[in-house]
Amino acid sequence: MELILEQMPIVIHSLNVGFLQTLKLFFITLIGAFPLGLVIAFGSMSPPLKYLTRTFVWVIRGTPLMIQLLIFYYFPGLVLGNPIWGGGESGRLAAASVSFIINYACYFSEIYRGGIQGIPVGQQEAGLVLGMTRGQIFRHVTLLQMIKAIVPPMSNEIITLVKDTSLSRIIALQEIIWAGQAFLKSSQGISGAIWPLFFTAIYYLIFTGLLTILLGKLEKKLSYFH
Amino acid sequence: MAFLEVSHIRKSFGNTPVLQGIDFTLEKGQVLSLIGSSGSGKTTLLRSMNYLEIPQEGTVSLNGEILFDYDHPAALRDEELRQKRLHFGMVFQSFNLFPQYNVLDNCTLAMDLLAKDQAKAARQRFDQAAVHKANQEVAKGILDRVGLSTKLANYPCELSGGQCQRVAIARALCMKPDILCFDEPTSALDPELTGEVLKVIKSLKNKDTTMVIVTHEMEFARNVSDKVIFMADGVIEEEGTPEEVFGNPKSPKTKSFLAKSLESI
Repeated sequence: MELILEQMPIVIHSLNVGFLQTLKLFFITLIGAFPLGLVIAFGSMSPPLKYLTRTFVWVIRGTPLMIQLLIFYYFPGLVLGNPIWGGGESGRLAAASVSFIINYACYFSEIYRGGIQGIPVGQQEAGLVLGMTRGQIFRHVTLLQMIKAIVPPMSNEIITLVKDTSLSRIIALQEIIWAGQAFLKSSQGISGAIWPLFFTAIYYLIFTGLLTILLGKLEKKLSYFH
Repeated sequence: MAFLEVSHIRKSFGNTPVLQGIDFTLEKGQVLSLIGSSGSGKTTLLRSMNYLEIPQEGTVSLNGEILFDYDHPAALRDEELRQKRLHFGMVFQSFNLFPQYNVLDNCTLAMDLLAKDQAKAARQRFDQAAVHKANQEVAKGILDRVGLSTKLANYPCELSGGQCQRVAIARALCMKPDILCFDEPTSALDPELTGEVLKVIKSLKNKDTTMVIVTHEMEFARNVSDKVIFMADGVIEEEGTPEEVFGNPKSPKTKSFLAKSLESI
């Protein structure tokens, strides 16, 4: 116990650095996947593109994110002979971001599609007969109703994403699990310590707890209509 | 020339013909009731006039202006369609109010957006706050007419079905349509709420308000209409004044339909 208390400040500092990387990947993924998911959702609802986008979604959802990370990271360098990501940590973050954005956008797109198709067709028709354009109807009528409908399933995905970021360890992104595991071998004078690895769970728990509260607030804010 | 002229409207869904050549005219300030069994094409006819369905043949003209002509589909571009749709107001069976807006905003949303686009098209300065305020005044006046001046800040989910339908009527009136269409406006309502909606519709009747009403309320159709059309299997089976159609129907189909709808259980 004494040893752990002694090691604590060093470990916390190291885990904080790792968690910062986790957070970066998390937010970059959300910022990229929210709009890309909408684009894919519209693609899978429009007749000419439908089959292409749905096949794409099938492939991405049907294969492990871990494999996708490996492919996105290594494929350009090993197969195309053009290592676009570079070797450093920023290159790994870029590769991980692209993989996560594409993967999560596919999941989001299905949630969006459910949200859009769940809105009664009467809402669109009411907008049309009032002389609104389709763009106006989307922005002023259906969008908020869609957001309300997708908050619960989105919350699920967002919380899963927090923990999925740890998969990027497979390409050695120095996120929090990587940082915790480093003490097993040797890092900053500490070696053979396994507790930091378990300790990382506290970070995930607190962060997902905060997100749960925030998303719950959003859900409540939107409960004024149904 | 009549105010509204509908000629040769045909429409099929797949291989099922729904409208098989509909012709009728309506004068300004008249009320037309469309009656007939479910599936006879009444609603599709109404929706065709509002461009919610595109007919496969025929023309619709209003006040001499051709709004729809199947032989000239160029007129079906979105922007033009929008302008043409504004000649008709529509009140739906299921209200279709916007749930996230309160009563007043349900009425002003489309007015505000239209005013903005019109100002933009005319390259005029647009004072959003002032326009919104003016639109609110118009909407308040109309909501008062339908008896909802105390519900302006309520959301649709806080209203009864009858109140929702009266909001929908007010919302349609706010766009100042030339013709107000009702698609079975009381079919989704409890019997005790039907009366308040029918009363409002009746109160709108005046020399400037032209209305087309699809309804199963025969007593109401008889009282409020200037003209009644009975549809069966996608054609106009019989048309005339309420006295003619209800009092002295000629077609056997009309007779049988009226007998069934008036028979007490």
